[in-house]
Amino acid sequence: MKWIIRGGRIIDAKHQVDDQMDIYIYQGKILDLQPIPSKRSTKTLSDFRVIPAEGLLVTPGLIDIHTHLREPGFEYKETILTGTQAAVAGGFTAVACMANTQPVNDNQSVTEYILKKAKEARLARVFPIGAISTGLKGETLAEIGELKRAGVVALSDDGHPVTNSQLMRRAMEYARTFDLPVISHCEDLSLSRSGVMNEGAVSTWLGLYGIPSAAEEVMVYRDIQLCQLTQTPLHIAHVSTAGSVQLIREAKKKGLPVTAETAPHYFSLTEEAVIGFDTQAKMNPPLRTKDDCLAVQKGLKDGTIDVIASDHAPHNSLEKEVEFEQAAMGIIGLETALPLTLSLVHRGILTLPQAIAKLTEGPARVLKLNHYGDLRKSSPANLTIIDPDLEFQIDIQTFRSKSKNSPFHGWKMKGKALMTMVEGRIVFNQLTPISE
Amino acid sequence: MNFNRHHLLGMKGLTKEEIETILTTAESLKEISFRDIKKVPTLRGKTVVNFFHEPSTRTRTSFEIAAKRLSADTVSLSAGTSSLVKGETLVDTAKNLEAMNPDIIVMRHSMAGAPHLLSRMVKPSILNAGDGMHEHPTQALLDLLTIREKKGTIEGLKVSIIGDIAHSRVARSNIIGLKTMRAQVTVAGPPTMIPPFIETMGVEVASNLQEAIVGADVIMMLRVQLERQKQMLFPSLREYSRFFGLTVDLLKKAKRDVIIMHPGPINRGVEMQSEVADGPYSVILDQVTNGVAVRMALLYLLLGGNKSEMDN
Repeated sequence: MKWIIRGGRIIDAKHQVDDQMDIYIYQGKILDLQPIPSKRSTKTLSDFRVIPAEGLLVTPGLIDIHTHLREPGFEYKETILTGTQAAVAGGFTAVACMANTQPVNDNQSVTEYILKKAKEARLARVFPIGAISTGLKGETLAEIGELKRAGVVALSDDGHPVTNSQLMRRAMEYARTFDLPVISHCEDLSLSRSGVMNEGAVSTWLGLYGIPSAAEEVMVYRDIQLCQLTQTPLHIAHVSTAGSVQLIREAKKKGLPVTAETAPHYFSLTEEAVIGFDTQAKMNPPLRTKDDCLAVQKGLKDGTIDVIASDHAPHNSLEKEVEFEQAAMGIIGLETALPLTLSLVHRGILTLPQAIAKLTEGPARVLKLNHYGDLRKSSPANLTIIDPDLEFQIDIQTFRSKSKNSPFHGWKMKGKALMTMVEGRIVFNQLTPISE
Repeated sequence: MNFNRHHLLGMKGLTKEEIETILTTAESLKEISFRDIKKVPTLRGKTVVNFFHEPSTRTRTSFEIAAKRLSADTVSLSAGTSSLVKGETLVDTAKNLEAMNPDIIVMRHSMAGAPHLLSRMVKPSILNAGDGMHEHPTQALLDLLTIREKKGTIEGLKVSIIGDIAHSRVARSNIIGLKTMRAQVTVAGPPTMIPPFIETMGVEVASNLQEAIVGADVIMMLRVQLERQKQMLFPSLREYSRFFGLTVDLLKKAKRDVIIMHPGPINRGVEMQSEVADGPYSVILDQVTNGVAVRMALLYLLLGGNKSEMDN
């Protein structure tokens, strides 16, 4: 199929492109990008089908660096099929999925299984993340070389912080051989253990055990020191506190290979969302204070935080309609990440190219994905068409995800993805009636 | 009558007028417990379920006696006998209870917010009998009733709450209730047991026990649990009682008309010496008596006692 995406505003943060252009797509690749008016003669265009994008944004396909697809093992929460359906509906053409499946993705057969399922789904591209330690137990190194060969793009024990500093150090040293970044879920379990929300005024009022900011920050500091020691690229997952932002800012100033992500809830919500014991506001790290929220926004603006990740964590209603202390941690985010990110643009906190970079250039750079996160001639045609001003209301009933655990139900948003294209195939379309 | 609620989930949100209505109702119902025949027909035909998902003797007995004195039918369910041990969820258990049409579910649960969850899921009135470390409104109300009885008023009094504030639902509910009634509240205890941002509840934090005792009209001692030692919150019970326990000697520095309260059960020799618990300032047993009166008042008010009387 030959496509021409006509008249959109093209944003490619990697190459500082922000222009109105036509994009020509042929055999799953970008054939050409042409400034308007197009130099191509209309004659040669006759066999291209037009996708009208006037007044819309055309961006590199969005990449989610932090997703839980739950398969294998927790198919009642999400499968690779439903997870990638949610991804493309949210504008994502690629997702990196965490290793905390059952069995854990700590060996090549699990990695291969995930890739096979993703291929069958034929929606978003899936990049598996391998475990740092066998079984996420934090005791011995997983077979990292084998994982790399099978196709993992990074290593993480996400959800189970690596408590043993020596193991973390060795993992980082060992990962360097295989050119894999290490993604750290920073949490000192001895400080956070019984906590179910941020430690602060709200936890005191509600009588819930708190997780202090220090539980995150002491581990951010440890891992930055280990990054300095090993010089292996370190990516800090889901930054939630002002202190973490500052530690990362200083590490970057020193020139260390440290990158960081945050999730939309950390710049959109505060601990006050927990009042009334709303389990949809329970996640790890927990929602923090207004000051933390503002510091995360500032970190995004000044480049301290490179990536916005969904931390899409599907849970069944049975795991959320329970006592707050019993409820599972986490919320889904693939179908809300883009609108919440665009809200930072509408509020004047980020420019549009900055916001798009956090979902495209940033994650592609951290995961070293060539031909992803930008729009270049002969790259695979992964792209997202966005109406940044479309007003709509978030409705969990419309989610493709198998789970509905979102605190954003009912929120009035501005801006969403209208079309998602993966390797030249339209995998999500609310833009125009086209059949392939 | 200034009370129009379907649930009582906590002291938070109750107005001064509502609290006064509860206390006045309790005062008028209290004499029933001193009659020869301790029973009135007010709540005849109403069903009260005592759903106690955490061990409790005192509060459950108090609620049962309160309901029976008003002629309501009572059923008790405890953690051991309910289906919760068979893996049924809290919401499912409650929906099953609801299907049997009780009028009110009195609920004790080890986790904060459990009654709030139920109040969103089922129709009967939910009366919180203590949820985790969050609230214990009937305890606060019986404490307020006791203070009002002994002191004539609550407004302007200096009340010191001493001990494990962080883990205490009694402390939280009392702080909220006392502040609504415009008392001055000071808390004291080991800093490990004073929760962060406690000032946002409108209280002062005393730096030591003596500071909290001098000038106080009411001293409320809280129970300290041995298991907190394992959480590294204090070194030993011996050291706790030495620095945070109420002794006869310390009491000499208090006001002459001070009253000493404790929600029970007391660890004699830990948070207070026996001589203090049994001494002339102690109103601990008055609290227990008032507990029945306050619970009668709440059952009556939540079940619209007024209305059923007229129907009869």
